[in-house]
Order: sequence, then C-alpha cells, then structure tokens
Amino acid sequence: MKVLSPRSLDEACALLARDPAPRPIAGATDILVHWPDNLNAKAETETYLDISALSDLRHITREDDVLTLGALTTYWDVIQSQACRDDFPMLLDAARQVGSVQIQSRGTWAGNIVNASPAADGVPVLMAYDATVVLRSKSGEMEVRLDEFYSGYKQMQRRPDQLITAIRIPRRTYDTQIFEKVGPRRAQAISKVGLAITHSTEGWRVVAAAVAPMILRCKSVEALLESGAPVRSPDDLAQAIDQDVAPIDDIRSTREYRQRVLARLIYHDLKGVLPAFS
Amino acid sequence: MPDSNNINVEFTLNGNPISIDVAPRDRLLDTLRYALDLTGAKEGCGEGECGACTVYLDGVPANSCLIPTYQVSGRAIDTIESIPADALSDMLASGATQCGACTPGVVMTACWLKRHPELLKTHTVRELMAGNLCRCTGYDGIIDGITDGCQSNYDRGNAS
Ligand SMILES: Cc1cc2nc3c(=O)[nH]c(=O)nc-3n(C[C@H](O)[C@H](O)[C@H](O)COP(=O)(O)OP(=O)(O)OC[C@H]3O[C@@H](n4cnc5c(N)ncnc54)[C@H](O)[C@@H]3O)c2cc1C
Ligand code: FES
Ligand code: FES
Repeated sequence: MKVLSPRSLDEACALLARDPAPRPIAGATDILVHWPDNLNAKAETETYLDISALSDLRHITREDDVLTLGALTTYWDVIQSQACRDDFPMLLDAARQVGSVQIQSRGTWAGNIVNASPAADGVPVLMAYDATVVLRSKSGEMEVRLDEFYSGYKQMQRRPDQLITAIRIPRRTYDTQIFEKVGPRRAQAISKVGLAITHSTEGWRVVAAAVAPMILRCKSVEALLESGAPVRSPDDLAQAIDQDVAPIDDIRSTREYRQRVLARLIYHDLKGVLPAFS
Repeated sequence: MPDSNNINVEFTLNGNPISIDVAPRDRLLDTLRYALDLTGAKEGCGEGECGACTVYLDGVPANSCLIPTYQVSGRAIDTIESIPADALSDMLASGATQCGACTPGVVMTACWLKRHPELLKTHTVRELMAGNLCRCTGYDGIIDGITDGCQSNYDRGNAS
C-alpha cells in the first residue's frame, strides 16, 4: 500500500484526479478497524490519500445564516464548541453517543457521511438540520443536500475524485429537536434504531437510521405531522412508517422490532409536544 | 518484507522529540510496542472498542490501534510510561485493578479526566470512561478511584 500526504487542498484534489483515485483517510476510525490483518490483496495495492494534516479543513465557523464544519471536524471538536451547543444541541447529543471519547477525538463528521453506514449517528442529526455537503475536485466545487446525497446502500453522490471539504448547516430557529439512539447498551454500541426530529418555520423533518439501506427522511410521517391528523397511539403511525422505511432482520435486530420501536419513539417523543398527539 | 514506501515521522513522544522510519501500514500501537519498546499500551481488541491501547494524541485520549503511525507527524503522543507511578495510588486503594490488562488504558483516561475537572460539569465519570472496558473489576473500583482522586485534587486546588 501507499500513502500520499498532500500539503494543500489543491494538491489533494490534484492527487484525487488520478485514475484510480486514491482513498481518503481522515480519522481512520472506520478504515483501521482490524488493520492490518484486513489488508487483503486489494488493500495491499491500494493508494490512500491522507488528509489529516490539512489544517484548513479543521474549523467550526459561525456566520449569520450558516454554521460550517470543516471536513476534519471531529465529534470531540463539536462537543467542545459553544457555537454548536448554542444553536445545534442535537449535534452534541449525537456526538456524545458515538463510541467513546477515544473515538470521538478521532472520528470526523465527514468520515461518518462517506462511510455511509445505515446505522450512523452523525448523519441523522445533520440531515434533520438540513445540512449540505460541499464536494471539491480538481474541476470545481459543488454543494449537495445531505437528504439527497444517498441513493442506496453505500451509494452516494460523491465521485471518487471528490473530497468533502465542509458540511454546512443553515441556522434556523427550532422549537423541536429530538435525537434518539436505541442500542443494546448505552456506550460503544451500534444503533438498532436511530431517530432525529426537528421542527422550524421550514416544517417537520423526521430522519430515521438503521431502518433502511441508507439513512433517510420519513416523508410520509412528515406529511402526517404537517397535516395535524390525530395520532392516538404508535399504531396510528404504522402506515406512514411502512411507506417510508424498509428495515431488515440482521444480527443486531429484526424488521418487526425496528419498525415498532420507531413508531413508539416518534409517538412518545411528540406526545406533549404536538396537540394532535394524545 | 521491507516496504519500499517507508515514511520518516518526526513527533513528540512523552515530551521528547523523536524521528523514526515507518511503513505506511504501521499502527501506532505496534510502533510503540515493537519499534520503541514502550509496551505499556496493550492490544485488547485491535478495533477501537476496549481502550487498552489508549494514548494521548495532542493531549486527548485516542486508541493507538486505530492511528496509522505516519499520521502523528508533528504531533504530541503521550503514553502510560509518562504517567508518574503515584498516579496509581488512588486506583490501588479502591481496587480498580485486578488482572491489569485494562489498567494502562484506564489510567490514561482517568488521569486525563482528573486534569480536566471542568469536563465533569457536562459529563459523568462513567460516560468519559466508556471507552475503557474491564473484564474483572465490575467498574465500581475504577469509578471510585477516579472520583476519590478528583475529590482530593479538588481539595488540594481549593486549599492553595
Ligand atoms: C469502536 C468504534 C465505535 C464506533 N461507534 C460509532 C457510533 O457509535 N456511531 C457512529 O456513527 N459511528 C461509529 N463508529 C464509526 C466511525 O467512528 C465514524 O463513522 C467516524 O465518523 C468515521 O470518521 P473517520 O474520520 O474516522 O473516517 P475514516 O476511517 O478516516 O474514513 C471513513 C470513510 O470516509 C472517507 N472519507 C473520510 N473523510 C473524507 C472526506 N473529507 N472526503 C471524502 N471521503 C472521506 C474515507 O475514504 C472512508 O471511506 C465507531 C467506530 C469504532 C471503531
Ligand atoms: S486494542 Fe485498541 S481499543 Fe482495543
Ligand atoms: S483488571 Fe482485568 S480487565 Fe480490568
């Protein structure tokens, strides 16, 4: 294997334009699991692009209408950030549930997005805050909405020659911000069901994790909430949830459990918040 | 097999500058243990779960099994070997160690936490220690060792 260590973002993008494109490494918390035993024949010949020294990418910047997380922003950076604490408390809630301090200090939000686990914890809160992803390549920069970024299991709108340089989160006033992670234990656990709900003047956003091949917005549930139709029990949410998600049976849980828990979480989280929920 | 792509890495290790050639695939845990003879950090799981390999990277706990050595270029690493032996006394007194496999990692996170009592305004000791698994003690001894230590640091801080 080979590692390229660019000294600038331009150099990184130039190296990424090679064919085949090298694979970026940031905090390495996904890439290094079981390393180097998992260095199979492919990995042995693979070329990596280490972006961890590109200090321009490690910042949290608050402007009037947007908060920007540079691509090297870690969970621990967010936990320490007053700007995040003030405006986006769910970012802290999710960050504190990722692994442990040792993982939080290394893992990046951008790495969480590109790793594209359906059970990730960073992605749902970013999506509920309507974040966008800034992608840069040698040929230019583009911005993609996170809720349109994924199209299937580990399928996303990032070309191999593109680097995420930043995550941008619009600053809105929220009256509801709820993050839930259901796992086998509180710490160091992979989610069985994840949920992030927000409400602002832009309406409801309900994002679910670990209930489909990718993290997604539950648009039927959102429409139900917007409609103000009465919801008297978790069962009243079942039909909308069924339209939105497609959970699977796997080692961590079952389809039925995931779907029922999601309905109960939404119901109990919104009871007392929304008059339609009784 | 020697790797033709060796990388020279310069960093600060336990307060001293160091320069070493590593292969791109070398993990910091292996570099410490097998190239630098610092065998305090242990390998429990090799996948970031157990914390037995905990070191400080620029002063914050991280798992050395998940750090490619070349990435520490220009940065500061501290290992359990940098911790003064008396840091263990609270842990010994509270029964925080039995077989000892987890202890170097536990002590690293515990000492960090004791140096940053402000963290306890937002976090519990248990949450901050969640990345250090222990199969023997049932954790109470570890938590007691830390909270007793925090208390005495606090008392000392107030006295001076
Ligand atoms: C013990 C343990 C516990 C964990 N617990 C959790 C958890 O509770 N919740 C959770 O969501 N995750 C968890 N994770 C997974 C992981 O920590 C996160 O997904 C993390 O955010 C990954 O970020 P990284 O910087 O370490 O990524 P890396 O390992 O460096 O990279 C991950 C992927 O992203 C790509 N990449 C990284 N940065 C960029 C960029 N800027 N542009 C383009 N591509 C990029 C890489 O090529 C790679 O494909 C855990 C991992 C471990 C080992
Ligand atoms: S060996 Fe590194 S966390 Fe277990
Ligand atoms: S003392 Fe044995 S694992 Fe902790």
